[in-house]
Amino acid sequence: MNDLVLMGLEGAVLVTGLAVLLLDLWITPDQRRLLGFGAIATLGVIFCASFAYLPDGTQYAFGGMYALDEFALYFKRFFLIAGMFVLLLSVGTSHAEEGGQGEYLSLSLFALAGMMFCASAANLALLFVSLELVTVTFYVLVGFQRRRLASLEAAIKYLIIGALSSAFLVYGIALIYGATGTLDFRQLASLPAAVMESRILWLGALFLFVGLGFKMAAVPFQIWAPDVYQGAPPSTTAFLAVGSKAAGFVLLLRVLHQTLPVLETRWLHLLMGVAGLSIAYGVLCAIPQRSLKRLLGYSSIANAGYLLIGVATLSAAGATAALYYLAGYLYTVLAAFIVIAVVLQHTGRDDFDSLAGLHQRSPLLAAGLTFAMVSLAGIPPLAGFFGKFLVLKAALAAGAEHPGFYWLLGIAVVGVVISLYYYFGVVRAVYWGTPGEQPAGPIRVEWPLQVALYLAMVAILWLGVMPNQITNLAELAVKSLGLR
Amino acid sequence: MASLSFIIFCPLLAALLIAAIPRNFKVLFRLIALGATFLPALAAVRLFLGMEPASGRLQYEEFVPWVYSLGISYHVGVDGLNIGLILMGAIVGFAAACISREITDREKEFYLLLLLMTGGILGAFASYDLFFFYFFHELALVPTFIMIGVWGRGDRKNYATFKITLYLSLGALLSLIGLLALYLQAGGQTFNIVELTRRLSANPLSPGAQQAIFPLLMFGFGILVSLWPFHTWAPLGYAAAPTATAMMHAGVIKKFGLYGLLRVAVPLLPAGAESWLPVLALLCLGNLVYCGLVAMRQRDFNLLLGNSSVAHMGFVFLGIASLSLVGVTGAVLVMVAHGFLAALSFALSGYLHQRLGTLEMVQMGGLLKRLPFIGTVLAMALLAGCGLPGFANFPGEALVLFGAVKAGQWWVILAAWSGLVIGGVYMLRAIRQILHGHLPERWAGVPDAPHAWHKLPYALLLAGLVVFGCFPGLLTKRIQPNASRIVQAVNGPMLAGFPGEPEAAGYWLARGRKVTGHE
Repeated sequence: MNDLVLMGLEGAVLVTGLAVLLLDLWITPDQRRLLGFGAIATLGVIFCASFAYLPDGTQYAFGGMYALDEFALYFKRFFLIAGMFVLLLSVGTSHAEEGGQGEYLSLSLFALAGMMFCASAANLALLFVSLELVTVTFYVLVGFQRRRLASLEAAIKYLIIGALSSAFLVYGIALIYGATGTLDFRQLASLPAAVMESRILWLGALFLFVGLGFKMAAVPFQIWAPDVYQGAPPSTTAFLAVGSKAAGFVLLLRVLHQTLPVLETRWLHLLMGVAGLSIAYGVLCAIPQRSLKRLLGYSSIANAGYLLIGVATLSAAGATAALYYLAGYLYTVLAAFIVIAVVLQHTGRDDFDSLAGLHQRSPLLAAGLTFAMVSLAGIPPLAGFFGKFLVLKAALAAGAEHPGFYWLLGIAVVGVVISLYYYFGVVRAVYWGTPGEQPAGPIRVEWPLQVALYLAMVAILWLGVMPNQITNLAELAVKSLGLR
Repeated sequence: MASLSFIIFCPLLAALLIAAIPRNFKVLFRLIALGATFLPALAAVRLFLGMEPASGRLQYEEFVPWVYSLGISYHVGVDGLNIGLILMGAIVGFAAACISREITDREKEFYLLLLLMTGGILGAFASYDLFFFYFFHELALVPTFIMIGVWGRGDRKNYATFKITLYLSLGALLSLIGLLALYLQAGGQTFNIVELTRRLSANPLSPGAQQAIFPLLMFGFGILVSLWPFHTWAPLGYAAAPTATAMMHAGVIKKFGLYGLLRVAVPLLPAGAESWLPVLALLCLGNLVYCGLVAMRQRDFNLLLGNSSVAHMGFVFLGIASLSLVGVTGAVLVMVAHGFLAALSFALSGYLHQRLGTLEMVQMGGLLKRLPFIGTVLAMALLAGCGLPGFANFPGEALVLFGAVKAGQWWVILAAWSGLVIGGVYMLRAIRQILHGHLPERWAGVPDAPHAWHKLPYALLLAGLVVFGCFPGLLTKRIQPNASRIVQAVNGPMLAGFPGEPEAAGYWLARGRKVTGHE
């Protein structure tokens, strides 16, 4: 019974998802929106309930398979917020989408539950199952607009590459099990040194990293990101960009610090290399992009690189930086995708030309997109600045022990400067672009989207101006991970 | 009313207010901007007169802890080093808002950005916390790029925007890394400059660390101030910028890098300063001589001003590099003087550009007949630029030269002196070409600034130049105690610090020490 209580948050999300699926059978199409609001309200209640958990140290459930600590709770709250925004976004844009609203909601809720399980995975089996729960639901979510060719194309790409990475993941887990005879994180952490020498073990760990790298969209596992971002419905892309990426990071952090003790030193160079390559690749490829969704796809690769710098420092400061960075990134990306969703609905396109004159058609959308871009570019006083600041600080501190971080720092700085170009390109298009044959009428934004956009903007500003609360939460989370 | 936070946040909150007003209320934007820059200017004057001049103590302090775990706090105050800059920045901010009458397109965004710039840079000057020091500067810097990109002029506008963005972002990030490195080397517990000064004077960083961090700060700040050979963004950028932006950036925001050298780099890293400042002294000759020669060849008045502003920065670098009391005092004086001067010159060139449609000096001539007021002010500004006594540049540049004589080699002084001569040549030539000689037919109907309200910003800036030119003691008396501590930090056994425990912050800092000690 105690086990079920510990797992209560995920359980509640799953039950909500099932309830939505069932209720959908009985309600009329007009009431579908209400169903969405009901689901969002339930998530809100679950979010509040998450503050009732006060884990004293780490609590385990189901024979050590499931761990609940501050770290897991931080990410569960993170995923719940992301889930609420995504549901709000999908409810707000549902008119354009053909039917299946109930399925969309419940699939999103299942994906959310999968992400929340990821935050608590303390066993390679749960790690695999929860990641698959996320990935498989996303196969459907990406291809949800089944009459749009781009959406189907994106779904196929995501399916093929996702299946490949799952194969790597499960193969890696099998190798690790073969070498050590256990899947449990705590048992892996206390293995005798002799086992650590096994080559098979390290090959398995490498394959595991491949599987996680796919989720994070880090180079060289990034190939799917721009295409899928472009093709998927905006609410799915938003969820993919924040939720799925964060799921990769939560697992990476836990595997890195709570399983094999020498993993940290063995993966150091790997993480640094992947971080540097991700920043360089994402930033350089984003320059020529004309489609906003593709641009955000490449920017998400670059951001994975900045997050990985924080992780690679292997320090509490670095992990805190990554956690804060993710929180800022959450609201920023959500704000951007809310705007994209509305613009897509009205113009059917998401390239820079369709943004021209947006500030006259809807000042709110223009302001929201500007907030998102300025925050992504890392300019004070918005959240993105403080996130980058923390990452750079952590990298510089790590440089004292490992000079390679100075190179990484150089790449990061050059990346920030280059990224100014394309982020400001978007702002420029919004305020000073020349509208072509666009219909110039004002864009009416539905109230759920208005609320979501205002909330995201306030959060971006709030996180940037008052970072104290989030950094405190993040520090608490990192401490529970065993980092100092 | 005369509190520092008011000076900083009045423009910033006004920017928020403007953001909330629908764009139909065009008049309102301008009124808000005028009010929100005038009040801080007034408050800055009161602060300047009200401060206790010769003590060198930290005054008008305000302290609010911000992020405990990292040791970041909002800590503002004034002492001799920054009071002149705050006064100058606030006045230039008001003048820039007055001058922006020429903007008739997207006023809302323009005034919003202008207010962000003003509040941001004043905050940067007032901050005693490395984080906010950088944060506020970045807040002021980014609007510059947007304003040049949007309201800029000339066919090289886009190129100029990209160039200035790339250079200045790189400079800012380099200095950020330098500041972070300094923070981490000093124990990673506090960003507070007062506290850092105390800690580092008790246990200085290892010479190796100092010599690694100092160049980061020197080149980072140097790029921001257009140190030769990283100066090419400046003339181009100012030529393309709208008038108010050029005034704010060339006059005020650019001083941030110099101020950073004096406030952070030199006093906190004395060993680094000792080995790197000779390099700075060498490079600043590039500013003084090379950029002066380039300015001589310019035919466009704005490019001339841009290059001369780069050349003037050479004096400040020279003063800092001399590391003598006289030189450093002079450097701060030049910073303030050049702020007024650059703002005034760009305001005037903006007026000419607006009325004439061109700034080619060959096409002008005899304008003094048509423009008695503007012409006179222009002549005075240009004469101030060659270092005529009676204007604030003269005492500053003279002190810098004395400082260099005391500390430097003969060829440095020779070069600085020839820089002065070159300055005289191009400034006088500009006066001749623009104001004297034959008035071309096409300019026969050019109107002068019509009434007092239009003349006010020019008069204000000129007054700043004349007041500090005739009574440089007003500034030097305030600067000197702080300058002497900076100099002693490097040269002498006495270490840089702030006399006495700063009052408002003392309690919190002591508490912070206890807390970190406890952990």
